[in-house]
Amino acid sequence: MTRYNDLTKGGGNAVEVRGLVKHYGATKALDGVDLDVREGTILGVLGPNGAGKTTLVRVLATLLRPDAGSARVAGYDVLKQPRQLRRVIGLTGQYASVDEKLSGYENLYMIGRLLDLSRAEARRRAGDLLERFSLTEAAKKPAAQYSGGMRRRLDLAASLTGQPSVLYLDEPTTGLDPRTRNEVWEEVRRMVDEGSTVLLTTQYMEEAEALANELTVIDRGRVVAGGEVNELKAKVGGRTLRIRPADRGELPRMVGALAQAGLDGVGGATIDEAEGVVNVAIISDEQLTAVVGLLGERGFAIAGIDTHLPSLDEVFLAITGQKTSLADADADADADGGADADDRARERAGAAV
Amino acid sequence: MSAATLTAPARPTNDGEGRIGLRANLRHIGALARRNLLQIKQDPESMFDVLLMPIIFTLLFTYVFGGAISGKGNQEAYVSYLIPGLMAMNGMNIAMAVGTGVNEDFRKGVMDRFRTMPIARSSVLIAKIVVEIGRMVVATVILLIMGFLLGMSIDGSVLHVLGAVLLSLAFGASLMWIFILLGLAMKTPQAVQGLAMIVIMPLQFGSSIFTPTSSMPGWLEGFTKVNPLSNLADASRNLFGGHGAVAQPVLITLAWAVAITVVTAPLAVRKFRSKT
Repeated sequence: MTRYNDLTKGGGNAVEVRGLVKHYGATKALDGVDLDVREGTILGVLGPNGAGKTTLVRVLATLLRPDAGSARVAGYDVLKQPRQLRRVIGLTGQYASVDEKLSGYENLYMIGRLLDLSRAEARRRAGDLLERFSLTEAAKKPAAQYSGGMRRRLDLAASLTGQPSVLYLDEPTTGLDPRTRNEVWEEVRRMVDEGSTVLLTTQYMEEAEALANELTVIDRGRVVAGGEVNELKAKVGGRTLRIRPADRGELPRMVGALAQAGLDGVGGATIDEAEGVVNVAIISDEQLTAVVGLLGERGFAIAGIDTHLPSLDEVFLAITGQKTSLADADADADADGGADADDRARERAGAAV
Repeated sequence: MSAATLTAPARPTNDGEGRIGLRANLRHIGALARRNLLQIKQDPESMFDVLLMPIIFTLLFTYVFGGAISGKGNQEAYVSYLIPGLMAMNGMNIAMAVGTGVNEDFRKGVMDRFRTMPIARSSVLIAKIVVEIGRMVVATVILLIMGFLLGMSIDGSVLHVLGAVLLSLAFGASLMWIFILLGLAMKTPQAVQGLAMIVIMPLQFGSSIFTPTSSMPGWLEGFTKVNPLSNLADASRNLFGGHGAVAQPVLITLAWAVAITVVTAPLAVRKFRSKT
């Protein structure tokens, strides 16, 4: 069997999706989605709840048949070659897909055996992965006793057992605390360093920015924007740098100084009177350094600085000029009375809310 | 995080079509059966139906109904009647656990993992059935021990008894497909259990498991004649006793087992494949 890696070394697409459609009755979970993921990169699929992210991942993971369209992953046709495809993909969803009654070690050993490793190889691989994901101490405990973060790490470890060339991460940090989230990010970067291609869905601009090379923004089953993260950020204004002078009276002088300096790529500075800050649109860390450096040089007394990422809502507003369907989705989720099983069933079915 | 890398031994691949060979398939079933056994170890309460039900049912029916049916002080005769019947009932009760187990797996998301792996999807179900048959064997052994303790007499040969045990295992295994189908179709394990009880109760009590059917009204007696549980109980009873008709109830039981499997197994596998 020719490994896909040999075929596409040199920047081909690891994932190619064309005109993917999946309807649930009148609900269009996917309504003609096209996207590509270049080999060895991370594509962030950004969208609100019910945008169709999970449906997309489930189609690409051979769990769901689309109504129309096609998809090739690692050179295999998702519809015609599901068995070959399953050898080269890994999936980690929002809900841990490990057996909670089994220990971390037993879960990974089982996965190894299911991937046709010998007993000795499966044991070794389980041990290696537990160590890599800092789970060695908890190796013998049932996964049910793991914290949310540990479970997510075990899930990632399970997905990596087969050394997948393409990895789907469906909202991998939803519900995690910031520290654990950073650990997961760290791991995702490492997987890509080691040659995997990642399709990552997320609701957070911050996560997309931290991990993805390219972004596809989807809403109500359609792609509404896509491109390099930097392009997109330029479009939506990237981050906003907020500078609070020690003396409010300095606000106009500060804006003047910035306008005069004309720093490369730095958008216009504006005054927020209510907050007593100057807002500067920036795209890169270099620009942040340049702005702060300039203000320091000119001898401004600065009392506070922070940066502010556009929220998903702001991104949508900037791209489409419309509010997202997020607000409706939230209302629906509330009406649901927080019934976990139903939420889960719906999310798994991938139906747009 | 540690420095362990992703380098792992190359794994033997299947042929270019991605089909799974028999040996690989058996290995997968083994790994999945091991998972089911580890689940039992982690959750020993799940063995109550196997370990305690045979004991409770034997004691209950022998001392509550035994005297009324076989005469006071004559419970031993009833034990010999009851145990082969309970063997049939055991299979049905234990088979029910497959349905709730499959349902749980889907709710927990671990099934997503299995279904994105290069294994035959049926191996998940077959592993479950293998383990459940093991549980049926344990329950049968406990039941027989209880029977002997309470004075059951067996006149049939060891081969006859073995034949009776195998027949009830075969029938129990065919029932598992029905419960797998229920487990896949219902939303919650509770719903599976609820619906299963509605099916099970009339079959169990409208049969010759607990009492001879001659005192029942004609329509009910007619029902018991086609009820597979009656036939299974009668077949086992006559094999244990070493006399009475065997061929007919055995054939009717096997016909049921085959018919149930032929109809429900493909439906269950199809539902399993297409379930999202």
